[in-house]
Amino acid sequence: MSENQNKPANQNNQTAQGDSSTGGTAILLKEVTKSYPGQVKAAVGGLTLEIPAGSVVMFVGPSGCGKTTTLKMINRLIEPTEGQIIINDEDVTGMDADKLRRSIGYVIQAGGLFPHMTVAANIAIVPKMLGWDKARITARVDELLELVSLDPAVYRDRYPKELSGGQQQRVGVARALAADPPVLLMDEPFGAVDPITRQRLQDELLNIQAELHKTIVCVTHDFDEAMKLGDWIAVFDEGAQLVQYDSPERILAQPANEFVEGFIGSGAALKQLSLQRVRDVTLLQPVTASPGENASDVLSQLQGTGAKHAVVLDARRRPIQWLSTRQLSRMEIISDQVDPSLPQVGESATLNDALDEMLVASSGQALVTGARGAFVGLINVESVTEAIAAARRTNGDHSAPVGLNSGTMAAVAVAAADQGPDDALPLDGDGPDGTSLEDSGVRS
Amino acid sequence: MWNFVTERWQQILFASYQHLSLVVQCLILATVLAVIIAVLTARTPWLAGLANGVSAVGLTIPSFAMIGLMIGPLGFGPLPSVVVVTFFAVLPILRNALVGLNGVPAATVEAARGLGMSRLRTLATVELPMAWPVIMSGIRVSAQMVMGVAAVAAFVLGPGLGTFIFNGLSRLGGANSLNSVVVGVVGVVILALILDLALVGLSRLTIRRGLRV
Repeated sequence: MSENQNKPANQNNQTAQGDSSTGGTAILLKEVTKSYPGQVKAAVGGLTLEIPAGSVVMFVGPSGCGKTTTLKMINRLIEPTEGQIIINDEDVTGMDADKLRRSIGYVIQAGGLFPHMTVAANIAIVPKMLGWDKARITARVDELLELVSLDPAVYRDRYPKELSGGQQQRVGVARALAADPPVLLMDEPFGAVDPITRQRLQDELLNIQAELHKTIVCVTHDFDEAMKLGDWIAVFDEGAQLVQYDSPERILAQPANEFVEGFIGSGAALKQLSLQRVRDVTLLQPVTASPGENASDVLSQLQGTGAKHAVVLDARRRPIQWLSTRQLSRMEIISDQVDPSLPQVGESATLNDALDEMLVASSGQALVTGARGAFVGLINVESVTEAIAAARRTNGDHSAPVGLNSGTMAAVAVAAADQGPDDALPLDGDGPDGTSLEDSGVRS
Repeated sequence: MWNFVTERWQQILFASYQHLSLVVQCLILATVLAVIIAVLTARTPWLAGLANGVSAVGLTIPSFAMIGLMIGPLGFGPLPSVVVVTFFAVLPILRNALVGLNGVPAATVEAARGLGMSRLRTLATVELPMAWPVIMSGIRVSAQMVMGVAAVAAFVLGPGLGTFIFNGLSRLGGANSLNSVVVGVVGVVILALILDLALVGLSRLTIRRGLRV
């Protein structure tokens, strides 16, 4: 089980080049400081942070820790006092702020829609400013509404107040994506909706990200949300002091200190369950049979392996029955009837879902299905516990993106980063998306 | 009474037209001025406070005294009338424009900036349209108020129905004096109703559907 398998979105971010939309670009914050006049402590103190292309980076921390300030410095809604922000090899601290912002998607809580404009007009804002022609804008609006699961015919001409909170948030995301920006900034995007809607929106964001591979930076105060959405999580303390910057798995398994532990909250091991997917676990391969076979043949096969159950698959290899030795001994030929109450989980379900299914079915096992419902194996409680134990054992064989504050020992690492690409920046193991960052390190 | 009206029908109609024209023109001028002042002051708390204070105090000045004071620098005729009517018309609109602009949520403005709208574009396409319903109700209040103020314009020999009122009052007890006053007052009231109706129509046309309650 490698880290990459957990992150389908991150894994194939190079495929983004293939379709019409732009994939993400890398962002590098270099010793960025924001201090306000009259305040002794800087709101953000000498932060250096690498955001790999095409990945989702979550900023978490207590309120007032500077995570939102950091986010807003990326699109310069807040101007940094010192330091550089490099997007796609280009230092953006000097460029025209309005032009920069048109190339960065920005989503805020509750969508931030303009109440006097229709849904279509809201989405069309950036394309209009970029001077797209009418036909292209109309087509783009419909395409985006489809992307965020809203029927264009129904919602195009509605006003924001005629939408539910979740729908408004969807339109907010569509508006941010309108001009296909490589970078998407989200400021507590799902803070204002109810938990059920929030979960659905999170799932949809993951689907969209799997399709578009943008570089997403998202601020949240909810660690569970960070874990669910993030490829990388940056945990901040006051003054945007980066406490830990790593993958969700590693932050859970090895929190840097008590502050991070406190932020994770109780049940770190349980939270691992919702991070890992069924496909990451070694599945058991039971005896399978198909309708029409002789029960006695299957029975003898079972006795050979010592197993107690056999899975009956239909012509498309979908599980239809799960028979015990006792049931098999009572029948002659296996029928093709379908048992509707089989405990089944999809391959991409979380271990949490799988465990839930097993507990409900009280069988201690569940059937795992892959593409088009085809059977791929069995998962049981033992394999889940083993996966969790393994996750807690994993250590340092992959490198997280760079993230540190200047001062103390961190300054040494920053100096090294400035010298050259070879030994300085421990880049994300995914490879290609890191190269541009190395370049920027050399040039500056 | 009836004779008085029919005999002077042309004259009444012309005075009414002039009265309405004075009010509408001053109202347009006042709206432009008030919105400009509000835009310039809304973002600076002490300036906005000052503008609010001026508009509150300004409303307490008797219009009759104000127009009398204008005779010195501006003389007689339409000019002092326009200045005074516009001055009073600005006050309620300014106040409402400040309330309207400050009522636009900071998050909405930030969203606009975050999308890459310039300061001016944000103002023109987001802030002013969102503040417009409140500004519009200010214009309606203002229209009602200056309809009366404009009648005082007759004191400086300005245009409008005020002439009938002043004429009647100056020779109270004489022939037709009461009729003259009544024509002036009723005329102003009718004009006020017509203008308000027109402004309601204008609000319907100019307030975007998404903002209607």
